[in-house]
Amino acid sequence: MDFADSAEEARFRVRLRAWLGENNPHLPASSTSDEYWEKQPEWHRSLYRAGFFGLSWPVRYGGHDRPTVYDVIVDEELAAAHAPPRPNLGYLVQAICAHANDDVKDRFLPDLISGRARWCQGFSEPDAGSDLASLRTRAVRDSDQFIVTGHKVWTSYSDVADWCLLLARTDPDARGHRGLSAFAIPMNQPGITQRPLKMISGVAREFGEVTFDAAVVPAVNMIGSSGDGWAVAMTVLAHEREPQELGNASRYRKTVKQLQKFLRDDPAGYDAEQFRQLAWAIVESDMLAHLVSRRLSERLDGLDHGVEGSIDKLLMTSVEQTVGHAAVDIAGATHDEVGASMLATYLYSRAQSVMGGTAQIQRNLIAHRVLGMPRS
Amino acid sequence: MDVRYTAEQRALCQAARRVIDRLGSRAVADLADERRAAALDEAVESSGWRELRAPDDRGGPIASGVEVAIVAEELGRGLADAPFLGPTLAMELRRLARASQAVDRETVGLRRNLAALASPGEPALAIDARDAGSALLLAADGTLVAAGLHEKAGSIDLTRPMALIPNTEAVTVGSLTEADRQRWTALALTITTADLVGSMRGALDLAVTYAGQRVQYGKQIGSFQAVAHLLADALVQIEGARAALLYAAWGVDSLAPPDAVAAAASAKAYAARGARLVCETCIQVHGGIGNTWECLAHVYLRRTLLATDVLGGVGPNLARVLEHAGLGGHL
Ligand SMILES: Cc1cc2nc3c(=O)[nH]c(=O)nc-3n(C[C@H](O)[C@H](O)[C@H](O)COP(=O)(O)OP(=O)(O)OC[C@H]3O[C@@H](n4cnc5c(N)ncnc54)[C@H](O)[C@@H]3O)c2cc1C
Repeated sequence: MDFADSAEEARFRVRLRAWLGENNPHLPASSTSDEYWEKQPEWHRSLYRAGFFGLSWPVRYGGHDRPTVYDVIVDEELAAAHAPPRPNLGYLVQAICAHANDDVKDRFLPDLISGRARWCQGFSEPDAGSDLASLRTRAVRDSDQFIVTGHKVWTSYSDVADWCLLLARTDPDARGHRGLSAFAIPMNQPGITQRPLKMISGVAREFGEVTFDAAVVPAVNMIGSSGDGWAVAMTVLAHEREPQELGNASRYRKTVKQLQKFLRDDPAGYDAEQFRQLAWAIVESDMLAHLVSRRLSERLDGLDHGVEGSIDKLLMTSVEQTVGHAAVDIAGATHDEVGASMLATYLYSRAQSVMGGTAQIQRNLIAHRVLGMPRS
Repeated sequence: MDVRYTAEQRALCQAARRVIDRLGSRAVADLADERRAAALDEAVESSGWRELRAPDDRGGPIASGVEVAIVAEELGRGLADAPFLGPTLAMELRRLARASQAVDRETVGLRRNLAALASPGEPALAIDARDAGSALLLAADGTLVAAGLHEKAGSIDLTRPMALIPNTEAVTVGSLTEADRQRWTALALTITTADLVGSMRGALDLAVTYAGQRVQYGKQIGSFQAVAHLLADALVQIEGARAALLYAAWGVDSLAPPDAVAAAASAKAYAARGARLVCETCIQVHGGIGNTWECLAHVYLRRTLLATDVLGGVGPNLARVLEHAGLGGHL
């Protein structure tokens, strides 16, 4: 058992560090500013061109077929260099890889991974959030295409997306999670309108709502077979819950380092409670980094996480919100640029217990599926 | 990086699990069963687990912090009343001091609040003192001494008695450097963290079993969301604590001493907070029965109270974490 880099991992780290020394765009941290979202595509392509993106994905589609630990090394080094995090596409790539036929994979994965095409995920609806299976957006077959009508909401990156991974009902007679199918639908067409939604942090480019009014999607763009929609959605959500997929552990450690600097620069300006909050933020973010190491190693045995992902999601949520509390209590009241970004970090942390399935839903899943508690 | 257990570590894990499943305590009455206790003590003795930190021929420990954590976790899960914590910590002190082996079973002497090793002459308690003949104490200048034990003392932990250390002549057995002392602290924090994680698992198993059996309003209580969420949160605490523990256990022998202490302190703070939550959840889920002596829930809680206090719980360990971050002296 060894937490240290192997020789090859260490060489990779050195190469990456050198590259970062010259190519760090010095953008703000993810999700806390619109400037980040504006420049993100450029950053994505720059990482990709240098060979530091999609390390664990298939070579055939532009990846490098390396173990996932290399993605995590990238996350760690980006955070250490105060560079922006890598874009999160893992859940889309994994779902397409797992469910789509070769034609769909060949057509979509290379552009998705290289950053030439941008994607959003259209699952949630105004009346179907936690109860996702009750969704009502319809896709009706019309010769070699489907006509889509419905309303999606909380759709991350809907403003810039070229494609949407859409979950829609293809069998009007089937109820619940049966009769759903997944599609890659082009966003730039007359039948689709999207409206950005402003988050509590003030960010307006994180998510939006999307209406489909007789929008068109070719039948060959179906991901998996007709009726596979729920399975595709579950793959997406499982990967959306994994801290190693999201690079969040490194992001939290970066914030914690910034907070340490506040207290070091002016120790007399803070009380014991603030020191205590920082200590917990260190303890929790370190724990998550070690959890990521453990999960990555388990993957070497081919172990993938189904329901255990809910445990990791709750741990990640608790870390993000502990760090968020420390951020606002230590630095949120300094009315300058750093203070504003710490306030944004705090406000954004509140979304972590909602997105990808709320904390309550994760607890339901753990109780029933992991602990074997009876359903109510 | 590859943090999977080796084949030997997996085998050790299974061996410890088997011993505990056979000889651990599954009811409060088991604690009074002297034959069971003796059989468990014999099993622990013959397995060689108390010698994991004995020196090999180059002075290093026979086994790493990872093996120690594996055994401690299982013993914690099964409420083992056979000494392991005390003898292992004493063995590590002797190894670091390059001292000869003790003749009798030995443990360590801690200050009255259990937060640090005691110096000779100050009021001290020997922990985990069943069948121990002596306890090691550490003077401020690094001199390691052995003192004889006599009187039994009360213990919050029903599975691990304490003994008083009389203020008599102590025998010098060696001396420790500052780095040795840090290495030992890292091991002590790691072993108590593993003990906490094990007890948390045992307490959660107890609560989950009960929640699947007890019926109210015509339903198993585990089907009520308020109960189910308490149990889910308990499991999350355990998994977080295990993640931190694994790194601390590896760090005992693989990190520089100050980093090893920080990693172990971080894990201990996390696990100590979680242990209280999990054990209290276990009592709550049991309702009235959870508040009776006959329910094992309090035995788990008491065991975690002791494991928490040994080398300090949440507060002292958050202070160690801050110290390591260059922010000492503010808690
Ligand atoms: C930042 C962010 C990004 C997102 N990105 C996307 C995206 O890209 N694509 C997408 O499709 N969706 C996205 N979402 C939507 C997200 O998945 C939903 O918000 C989430 O599933 C909850 O649904 P809801 O908002 O309708 O809340 P509701 O389901 O209405 O829940 C409201 C409250 O009731 C509780 N509740 C509901 N049901 C139960 C139950 N059975 N037991 C106990 N409590 C319950 C919830 O926990 C919550 O506290 C995003 C959300 C956020 C915040």
